[in-house]
Amino acid sequence: MWFEDLLIQIKSVLVLNAPEGLRPILSAMLSATPILSAFGGLFAAVTLLERKMLGRIQNRYGPNRVGPFGIFQPVADGIKMLTKEDIVPKTADHSIHFLAPLLLLLTAMLGLSVIPYGEKLVAIRFEAGIVFFFAVGGAAELAVFMAGWASRNKYALLGSLRAIAQMVSYEIPLILSSVCVLMAAGTLSLDEVAKSQSGSMLSWYIMTPWGLMGCVLFLIATLAEVNRSPFDIPEAESELIAGHMTEYSGFKYAVFFLAEFVAMFAMCALTATLFLGGYHPPLPILAFIPGPFWLFAKLMVLVLLFIWIRGTMPRLRADQLMEFAWKFMLPMAVINLISTGCWIALGRGSLGWGLSALINLAAYGALSRWLSSRPNQQKRTYRFAEGPMHAA
Amino acid sequence: MTTVFCITALTTLASAVAAMSLRNLVHCVLCLTVSFIGMAMVYLQLSSQFVGFAQVMVYVGAVAILMIFALLMTRGGQELFMREWRPMHWLVGGLVSLALLAVLVGSILQSPVIQNTGPVDKVERVKDLGQSLVYEYLLPLEALALLLTVALIGAALIALPPKQYPIKPQPRENS
Amino acid sequence: MNSPSLAACLIFSACLFCTGLAGVLLRRNLILILAGIELMLNAANINFVAFWRHHPASDDVAGPVMVLFALAIAAAEAAVGLALVISIFRHYKSTNPETMEDKSS
Repeated sequence: MWFEDLLIQIKSVLVLNAPEGLRPILSAMLSATPILSAFGGLFAAVTLLERKMLGRIQNRYGPNRVGPFGIFQPVADGIKMLTKEDIVPKTADHSIHFLAPLLLLLTAMLGLSVIPYGEKLVAIRFEAGIVFFFAVGGAAELAVFMAGWASRNKYALLGSLRAIAQMVSYEIPLILSSVCVLMAAGTLSLDEVAKSQSGSMLSWYIMTPWGLMGCVLFLIATLAEVNRSPFDIPEAESELIAGHMTEYSGFKYAVFFLAEFVAMFAMCALTATLFLGGYHPPLPILAFIPGPFWLFAKLMVLVLLFIWIRGTMPRLRADQLMEFAWKFMLPMAVINLISTGCWIALGRGSLGWGLSALINLAAYGALSRWLSSRPNQQKRTYRFAEGPMHAA
Repeated sequence: MTTVFCITALTTLASAVAAMSLRNLVHCVLCLTVSFIGMAMVYLQLSSQFVGFAQVMVYVGAVAILMIFALLMTRGGQELFMREWRPMHWLVGGLVSLALLAVLVGSILQSPVIQNTGPVDKVERVKDLGQSLVYEYLLPLEALALLLTVALIGAALIALPPKQYPIKPQPRENS
Repeated sequence: MNSPSLAACLIFSACLFCTGLAGVLLRRNLILILAGIELMLNAANINFVAFWRHHPASDDVAGPVMVLFALAIAAAEAAVGLALVISIFRHYKSTNPETMEDKSS
């Protein structure tokens, strides 16, 4: 609490000493600046961490030349990106080509504004905060399309259409699996959701069967929504060069990269808020450590999980991706809603816990049996890749 | 009338006009998206945030994307730009809509509704909205769910290529 | 929080409606005609919310609820309408409504 009070005191002193007309703008800027700088710093740290961890997974060192253990690698990367030539294709639609990365970054950063970082630290306190989060997330699809279309490049357009198809498909399980938490908390505002999980670790929503299932579904959908491996077919290097980012270079490419990471942080922070208790410590004794620290700790655990998945999972094919979204994620999310309803109707006790676990296990078993028993295992035929190698 | 409303309204109108008059159809859809976002901001200023966010979610996240997909599936590479320019057509159409605008604005300014009500101090509460949806408007809500399901299936059926149409004509056996 | 006056909202939505109408009358592409119809629907939605905001009854949410229904119906309409446009395009090889008469027989 003391940390949040300190921040609020600093802000109020600064705002009250400003001239009358500037106060609203100054207040907004003082709320936005710490968030943006914290996540900007986190971006630099995570790029290095990701390369290091991927290196270790692949039995090599990763970057270790710039500074001790390579910790200044992000600085070197930044200078390289800034000094690169900014190339815009001659036939490109210049204004849209310029606007697309900015719009993508904007949508990613707007999502950060409704996350509760502490009991009193919310940049914008919307009553329908989570709807705002998903609404600005939906605008990211448009930015991806703008990037792909304005480049006038077939690879870019194909990559952006793949990305949009993937994001639209996975948005449905994403929203449905977050609805179960909203049902249990009885509110759409994210700080109320976080408040309803106060106490020890046992009152986090991931400790219920529907919460665990919802969290797993939400994380898978998040991976697809931010185009991370194993769902990174929109920018699959070996097939599509770099998808919608093909015709971008220099600083604009860096902005795309930043937007992707910020979107990942925002989704991880939302996951932590919805399922992992937000800014609450795992044990009430640990409450002397301020809330933002706990939120960032949970966020980092999720980010490390994402890097681990990237290092170990092969990429999915486009049709496998769609099949997984519509035949497994969507039914499972709907059944998870039913099991949440049972849990709430049976008084949130052990009876509801058991029934909810039963429903989810039965549904998971039935769905996976159905999906693995269908006779679609025959040999695939390829229309364009058929050659002497494949003929046998 | 606040300056914020003026700015939003002018941006929305300008992008709506651009959406209806630009030559490049993808630009048209992008401008249309800007005007949808502007309308969502007007909802926010009318202190109705849930509706505003739902507007962004439905129109920017779904309808604009649908329109772009439809554009890319139907242009065939050539039809992206309008070619012919017919002044008579534009003159008559423009006059009709301007006349309608004049009638509407005239009747709004004359009506007694705008004189006697100032803005009432109220905020849309999400809880009230949800409760009235499941108590008062339950039947319309269920009908809407049915409509959306029917629209989903119908749209998929209509847009399927004719060769893959799943219902094959039955061969006549008994006659 | 000071919100825009009723007259301003109504005039704004009237302007939007007429822009949409002009689009429907003038453009010769089915997708843009559909876009014009969406604009007109949205103008009507703004009126719903504006009248609700300026109505003295305090606990009534009919305006926003009506807009939510209209949103859902508009989404369904857009989905079916664009599917129809794609199907028409397959048949006539064009999305210009004026070139469709000659092949119809």
